[in-house]
Amino acid sequence: MPTLNDILILLPEFYLVAAACVLLLLDAFMKPAQRGVLHWLSIAVLLVGIYLVVSGQPDVPVTAFGGMFVRDGVAEILKVFALLTTALVFVYARPYLVDRKLFVGEFYTLAIFAVIGVMLLVSAGNLVMVYLGLELLTLSSYALVALNRDSRLSSEAAIKYFVLGAMASGMLLYGMSMVYGATGTLALAQLHGAAAHTAMPNLLVFGLIFMIVGIGFKLGAAPFHMWIPDVYEGSPTAVTIFIGSAPKLAAFGMAYRLLDTGLGDLSHYWQPVLAVLAVLSLAIGNLVAIVQSNLKRLLAYSTISHMGYLLLGLVNAGPEGYASAMFYAISYALMGTAAFGVILALARAGFECDRIDDLKGLNHRSPWLAFLMLLVMFSLAGVPPLFGFFAKLMVLEAAIHAGMVWLAVVGAIAAIVGLYYYLRVVKVMYFDRPDEGMETRVQPDFALRAVLSVNALVLLALGLGWGPLLNWCRAVFPG
Amino acid sequence: MIDPNLFQLVCFYAFSAVTVLAALSVILLRNSVHAVLALVLTFFSTACVWLLAEAEFLAIALIVVYVGAVMVLFLFVVMMLDIKQEQVREGFIRYLPVGLVVALVMLVEMLALIGVRAMHAVSMGADPAAAAGVSNTAWLGTALYTQYLLPFEVAALILTVGVIAAVALTLRHRTGSRHQSAGQQVGIDPSRRVRVVKMAAVRAEEPEAVQEETRT
Repeated sequence: MPTLNDILILLPEFYLVAAACVLLLLDAFMKPAQRGVLHWLSIAVLLVGIYLVVSGQPDVPVTAFGGMFVRDGVAEILKVFALLTTALVFVYARPYLVDRKLFVGEFYTLAIFAVIGVMLLVSAGNLVMVYLGLELLTLSSYALVALNRDSRLSSEAAIKYFVLGAMASGMLLYGMSMVYGATGTLALAQLHGAAAHTAMPNLLVFGLIFMIVGIGFKLGAAPFHMWIPDVYEGSPTAVTIFIGSAPKLAAFGMAYRLLDTGLGDLSHYWQPVLAVLAVLSLAIGNLVAIVQSNLKRLLAYSTISHMGYLLLGLVNAGPEGYASAMFYAISYALMGTAAFGVILALARAGFECDRIDDLKGLNHRSPWLAFLMLLVMFSLAGVPPLFGFFAKLMVLEAAIHAGMVWLAVVGAIAAIVGLYYYLRVVKVMYFDRPDEGMETRVQPDFALRAVLSVNALVLLALGLGWGPLLNWCRAVFPG
Repeated sequence: MIDPNLFQLVCFYAFSAVTVLAALSVILLRNSVHAVLALVLTFFSTACVWLLAEAEFLAIALIVVYVGAVMVLFLFVVMMLDIKQEQVREGFIRYLPVGLVVALVMLVEMLALIGVRAMHAVSMGADPAAAAGVSNTAWLGTALYTQYLLPFEVAALILTVGVIAAVALTLRHRTGSRHQSAGQQVGIDPSRRVRVVKMAAVRAEEPEAVQEETRT
């Protein structure tokens, strides 16, 4: 039976559910002109959520509701950054939403429900909870993508996302049912022991492969990446930025829970599979990104390649590998938010700023924003001394320590290929002349400009002092 | 005499085969009404498999909720989409053969199930409800509200998100549309609702036939 202690362990989640419901009711009774209050209230809700996650963190991992929910260090870090990036998204998204008459309370409520899904997913101690957390996250995301009903592109993206996402969930569920059939348990902790002496090892491996397909879909790793470019391009940029941040952390959390907590004993089966996914993601992501002219599609293919790097860390299948993969997921969430933040800062009513040519001569028009974009692009490319470089270094090191030197070599080559298209954006900004009649009006929103500047400068700061964050990541994975 | 356990096994494979075939026809049939009927059969056969596994509550819930409510709604929607009234009437006869086939397969499946039960076949798998000495439904209810309380609540959250998403994606505030104001309706004073007007009695000049009848 659940006790008060169980509820205290889930306090951050319960608090967010209650807050989301209150925001929903407030929105229903507020006049549209007062929505600004809702905006700041939502950000405050997320920040209080971070405080609750950190302050109530127990010293040793604890479980609640009979092992359904696990509160440990891994979940803590992922939750903190999921809440933080979502708060950033809210700050960046507001002017864009206002310009396009999408500034509705549902955006905030749905995003908060999605974050609750992320939190439940990364804390899942049971296959049922993994699935339900994932569904809560993805269902909210589908609705967010479709939020701009009058845009054909958005509707198309939402349908594609929904159909492929539903299929991926089906695959995952199918894999789970096979794993359950082979082991007779749904609890991840018991699965770990039961996997070793199952009477049906073939069924178990079959289920494992299906689960990897589901994870690949959610990560957006090739060859399950088809939805990423269309969804990134078709969604309103304010939603794209969200899909590119917190859900990536969730996908790492899901992979860790399923593959290590649950099926860690089968790592010799899933390591090669993940290695293949990593190579394909690195190759397809980086090569196809070269020919893109749309900035959002370019960032979409860049995401695919970054998921390849994240998989390099997971392939290690040891504490070092998981720590580096989590470090990478955090770095990507911060970089992706900043990259889309720049696009949001330049977009205005009737102008999406989603082509690379839209950045022509940005240095002449807005030197500070061009400098911030330069930082972000260099960080994404992995140029020292920025954050992205050290994140890449850690996953490559993890791959080498796992005895897969060839994989690290592929990763390094992919980084050089990737440098080309990131530098192209920089070249367009700094060395191309702006076209005739190209005017720049950076969003006058002070909060957006200030927070975006901090976000991009943090990439530099974390590149210079990455030790504490990495140590934090390493400390939570028991050796 | 047939071995009850063998008969049960044969039934299991038969139900599974029907489920797979029906599911395949859902995606392969061109006619959408036929596809929906095939989906009904898929659900029904799945329920039969569950009944064999002694998950009675789940099987009945599947029939009542999916076959009874969701699929009938589907059928209505598919039949009414973009079709003229006459075509619908023709459709009844046109779809009858497929409907009869589906009904016949269902009947055979039900008879087979009754056969399995009548022959007292050995239970297919370990049944925790039977071990605990309670009915299937009672065991499920207890598990759902104790062991699986958290997933149960998260499922409720997912439904909430579904409602929010449905409203966010379909509600449109049209300008110039007329709608009732509940506040004004509730706040009205009863004395102002009905106004009693005194009038002098007048005689209708040409009373109608109907009124004549009622008077007499």
